[in-house]
Amino acid sequence: MHFVPYLHEQFLSAWPASVVVLLVALIGAGIMLAWVALVALVAVWAERKVSAHMQARLGPIYVGGFHGWLQTVADGLKLFLKEDIIPAMADKWLYIQAPVLVFGGAFLAYAAIPFGPKLVVSDLNIGVFYILAMSAIVAVGIIMAGWASHNKWSLYGGMRTAAQFLSYEIPSALHLMPVIMYAGTLNLGEIVRSQETGLFGWAGIFGWYLFRNPFLFLSFICYYISSLAETNRTPFDLPETESELVAGYHTEYTGIRFAFFFMAEYANMFVAAALSTLLFCGGWNGVLSRNIQYLPDPVVFLLKCSAFIFLTMWLRWTLPRFRIDQLMALCWKFLIPLGLLNIVGSALWMYIFEQV
Amino acid sequence: MSAQYAAILVFLLVAIAFVAGNLILNRLFRPQRPYPQKLNTYECGEQPVGGPWVRFNIRFYIVAIIFIIFDVEVLFLFPWAVVYKDLGLFAFVEMFIFLLILTVGLAYVWKKGHLEWVLARRTPRT
Repeated sequence: MHFVPYLHEQFLSAWPASVVVLLVALIGAGIMLAWVALVALVAVWAERKVSAHMQARLGPIYVGGFHGWLQTVADGLKLFLKEDIIPAMADKWLYIQAPVLVFGGAFLAYAAIPFGPKLVVSDLNIGVFYILAMSAIVAVGIIMAGWASHNKWSLYGGMRTAAQFLSYEIPSALHLMPVIMYAGTLNLGEIVRSQETGLFGWAGIFGWYLFRNPFLFLSFICYYISSLAETNRTPFDLPETESELVAGYHTEYTGIRFAFFFMAEYANMFVAAALSTLLFCGGWNGVLSRNIQYLPDPVVFLLKCSAFIFLTMWLRWTLPRFRIDQLMALCWKFLIPLGLLNIVGSALWMYIFEQV
Repeated sequence: MSAQYAAILVFLLVAIAFVAGNLILNRLFRPQRPYPQKLNTYECGEQPVGGPWVRFNIRFYIVAIIFIIFDVEVLFLFPWAVVYKDLGLFAFVEMFIFLLILTVGLAYVWKKGHLEWVLARRTPRT
């Protein structure tokens, strides 16, 4: 919101400040809504193409001409024109609310994601914390959907989500601690700015928190694993295992309501990729020093995000799914003790080598 | 600062308006021909047997209880991590003791076998 005072003084001085603030927020929300829709459309298409080519298939090829690029739009239209079925036994009120919560939680996180040094709708001083909190809302929505459907598969999916989300929320927060300790702030923009120069004043890739110390590298890998679990991606897609639970928590959802769940899933994938990029991989800082960075900042940021999204898709078609006891064991016996170790290790490293 | 939280409120309203608006708009285009079989609960094409709202594995509740303890711990860690640079060794020692106590808790839960999803059957000692 850096441009709000500027806008107010230059163009809209006749209007009260609060109106300008709300106007800018409304425009930002509109742009982000379009962005979420775009991300979902492109990511779904990309996922189909990536998975197809990994299995030596072609994937969508006809709709739209060029490599079936309109396939997701066509599917969206199809979902829009389908009948909306609310099962007779369902808890109707919760059933209607669940997609709103899931989509709302995913969308709200976009308010605090900076796409460039000043390209952020709401430059919160607790950005990291806010995004973690919003991703927890998605879990509530999924559990609600599972409960309200009055369907055995849905409820199993919902309960598994509860266990999985609750468990993996802890490691994903614990593994962010070393980064916050280094940056000394929860503001995402400032965390990225603190990655411009690293140890010995080296710029570029050495400034990224990923390469600051061995504990941070370990933290990054563990954080990435737990972010996969938080976005319900394979190998952690237990809430919607097609081969066991039909479709998990959204078995009973049809048409447009199902489309919202689907959109939220891909929106969340982008949030997870953006968080990995911003916190560990230097955000919009390129591989080289900022003085010789020719690509615009948002392009660098989006390139890194796309790389993470591609990695997520790659993992989906590479790894088989975990069993629930393995999932829990990985979280509680491996990621959480490692998270505690990383915090202590990073704190010691900072104290000894970098004289905090 | 309040302007930034106002933006989040606007986001919330836009999200709700978007979903609600879509559903209302959708009403004009979609068919609406319900009949009892269609509104039946899906159970692989069979008549549903019994309700799904039954008693669940106790593991889920134990995970929830352990989660609360560790989530509160994470909450305490956030402010500590932000000011760690300024406080230095003092903050390190304080948090080390805090983490140590929690690690003892984790070790206890682990030893008790509550981190196993499938509890090993207890064999009577002879």
